[in-house]
Amino acid sequence: MARVVVEVMPKPEILDPQGKAISGGLTRLGFTGFGEVRQGKRFELEVDGEATEEVLAQAREAAEKLLSNPVIENVVAVRVAEDAS
Amino acid sequence: MTAVAADPTAEATAESGVSVGVVTFPGTLDDRDAARAVRLAGANPVNLWHADSTLSGVDAVILPGGFSYGDYLRCGAIAGFAPIMESVVAAANAGMPVLGICNGFQILCESRLLPGALIRNDHQHFICRDQDLVVENANTAWTSDYEQGQTIRIPLKNGEGGFVATDEVLDELESTGRVVFRYQGFNPNGSLRDIAGITNEAGNVVGLMPHPEHAVETGFGPESGGGIDGQGFFSSAVRTLVAKG
Repeated sequence: MARVVVEVMPKPEILDPQGKAISGGLTRLGFTGFGEVRQGKRFELEVDGEATEEVLAQAREAAEKLLSNPVIENVVAVRVAEDAS
Repeated sequence: MTAVAADPTAEATAESGVSVGVVTFPGTLDDRDAARAVRLAGANPVNLWHADSTLSGVDAVILPGGFSYGDYLRCGAIAGFAPIMESVVAAANAGMPVLGICNGFQILCESRLLPGALIRNDHQHFICRDQDLVVENANTAWTSDYEQGQTIRIPLKNGEGGFVATDEVLDELESTGRVVFRYQGFNPNGSLRDIAGITNEAGNVVGLMPHPEHAVETGFGPESGGGIDGQGFFSSAVRTLVAKG
């Protein structure tokens, strides 16, 4: 069974308060090597059968319509998961 | 003369003959308060369920506050595509008055009836306070009983109330008078240009983060100020609809 991975990130110009909170946490824990943190989302869509080009096209449409909000987020990747499970 | 029920919660046919649908999604919290505000304004509240596909003949619709579908994915994202929303979007585009409060505002943005989006508060905390707003557009279906420039005080309670949109969209909203409410004195959530509420081009769809339905009865709204500054939303809609016949 194949899986399609969709990755969504907040747009660079949109404030990411969650990323800011995580950045503060990292500093408190002594991870000082990092600057700004931005938090996105990863979706794994299970596919019945093979991840054909048609399935990927559907995933891209779903990514734009539901999985992301184009006002505040970018879809950065829609791809077939490489690891077999 | 028709007898008017003394108890505003009693089931009775409202004198105005206007009925206003209040949509309940799984996770909605403020539907009962919204229905009560409708009844106090002299209209019949009609409970609508997210899985319904018809609006049961109502004259207006309110999308109340809460955490529809647990705020999963994004606030209002799943609700924006709920079965009832197909009818709400069609009716809104045909001119029916629609009000989205808090989560309802998020749903209106997610369903694209209103532009922009609501993101997590810039200070990262949930905030609950009595909030002053300036009425910047008193010509919408939901604000005609207010004065242009009037300040009202109603409760605000949100974790993700930061209104954002591109500069282009913000400029257009400003230049066409579609900013309906602006935060006064204090911006509680980092909303761009202090925007608390907006309307669509036709002025029948209004969304805002603060809660007018929690400020319609003396003793239950904000302790300072009038405490009933939210009444105007509901009386405006009733007046608009009665005038239309």
